[in-house]
Amino acid sequence: MSSIQEVQDEIVSEFEILGDDKESTIYYIMELGGSLEDFPENERIEENTIKGCQSKVWLIADEKDGKVHFQADSNTDITKGLISLLLRVLNYRSPEEIIKAELNFVERIGMGSIIGSQRSNGFASMIKQIKLYALAIQTKQNA
Amino acid sequence: MGLDIEKIRGLFPVLHQEVHGKPLVYFDNAATTQKPQAVLDALTNYYQHDNSNIHRGAHALADRATRYFEETREAIQHFINAREAAEVIFTKGTTEGINLVASTFRRKFVEKGDEIIISTLEHHSNIVPWQMLCEEKGAILKVIPINEAGEILFEEFEKLLSPKTKLVSIVHASNALGTINPVKQVIDAAHAVGAKVLLDGAQSSSHLNIDVQELDCDFFAFSAHKLYGPTGLGCLYGKREVFETMPPYQGGGEMIKEVTFEKTTYNEIPFKFEAGTPNIGDVIAFKAAIDFINELGKDAIRAHEDELLSYANEQLSQIKGFLPVGTAKEKVSVLSFNINAMHPYDVGMMLDANGIAVRTGHHCTQPLMKRLGLEGTVRASFSVYNSKSEIDKLAEGLSRIARIKNK
Repeated sequence: MSSIQEVQDEIVSEFEILGDDKESTIYYIMELGGSLEDFPENERIEENTIKGCQSKVWLIADEKDGKVHFQADSNTDITKGLISLLLRVLNYRSPEEIIKAELNFVERIGMGSIIGSQRSNGFASMIKQIKLYALAIQTKQNA
Repeated sequence: MGLDIEKIRGLFPVLHQEVHGKPLVYFDNAATTQKPQAVLDALTNYYQHDNSNIHRGAHALADRATRYFEETREAIQHFINAREAAEVIFTKGTTEGINLVASTFRRKFVEKGDEIIISTLEHHSNIVPWQMLCEEKGAILKVIPINEAGEILFEEFEKLLSPKTKLVSIVHASNALGTINPVKQVIDAAHAVGAKVLLDGAQSSSHLNIDVQELDCDFFAFSAHKLYGPTGLGCLYGKREVFETMPPYQGGGEMIKEVTFEKTTYNEIPFKFEAGTPNIGDVIAFKAAIDFINELGKDAIRAHEDELLSYANEQLSQIKGFLPVGTAKEKVSVLSFNINAMHPYDVGMMLDANGIAVRTGHHCTQPLMKRLGLEGTVRASFSVYNSKSEIDKLAEGLSRIARIKNK
């Protein structure tokens, strides 16, 4: 499995190919959303939504072989794409790796200017929630 | 003769820029309109030459500032055809105007069991203040239902009216759908049971001729920033006899006649409702916006906007998956829609990538969206400086988006 940094470098080079064309970038992000695994219908509940996002985002996590397994969904394609980027970097990693992860790809691809400041806050909430889940699972592991 | 749109566009510096490498197409006018150079100049000119506190200073600058400030009040008086300038109060915006009425009216006129009527079309700012009032006073909020086209059901409204109705507060033109409400009939029917009527004029004021005497409304609230004027400023019109019976809104300077520690007597209207130093610079600049509208003429503006709306309807109807939302017979230039199977945010984001600014979401009308069974819409709203070629760009962008989504 590639390291967190290697996956981030991959993402950055993909976005470099897209260049400054905003429309292609948005389409690309929307397409990425299709790679998310199916979200369990019974988990599509209020408690699993992330606060602070403009669109609805559901995120759940469980432990698989000592790693954190995330599943997520959104009612908008762009948000699905954004969260699939995060999960590509952080899914199936140890809680410690996730907690310590420095997500430099966000700045390197210029996420702020792609999605705008209003969505950037929501994106930050997603990252925070991912790390909180990792922390909760780590606490459970150490108990 | 039609308006010279290219010439009008030339007066708005902000329109001449590129967004994501594409020329800006600004279709978010129902949220706020852009400002002509004359408004920007008036604002700068005030701070460069006349800045001073008004109504009290014993010097030339204060005198000039006071004169210009009050000239705006007179311009607004004529703009809405109020009987006198004192019936125009400056506020922070439509929301504050509604809150002012809700807050002062309740203290004197609303008792437990009384009723307030609003409609399903209301913006949150014309819902929440009344809910707060009802909660505090034990009053009851009644809601006029709508049909699928987004028009209020007048017969249902008449059934809601009773001697218990203290106030009807209704939007003149819906921000989310563009529906123009039959406000004259609403006002007459409400008055027949002794209720007062407040019109939320946030949208209508920029599109329709407003004549508060002919309408006979008791209150009319609107915002400067939707009328090519500065943000953070609005007006509340109220009939003198109604305003005079209402207690003051906030306490402070300006609104008093005489203050002793034992008792304070209040100033006359409009000052009774304008505590503290007002937003002088923006008020003065607002006059330039009113002058701009008057020079073009509301009728000519409306004719151009109507033409844009019907052209947009025509062009967008040809797009596969285009679902218009709000198809009232009487509308201002607001086009709400969805593209089949797409979330409005996604559509808005892709339009933005094409340099096209629209609004997406619930437009601060969640109960309306719920009634229509929608999470939200994409809203394109047109102003006097928009052109048919810009609508072509919107149609092109949407066709591409719809094609990619449905491929």
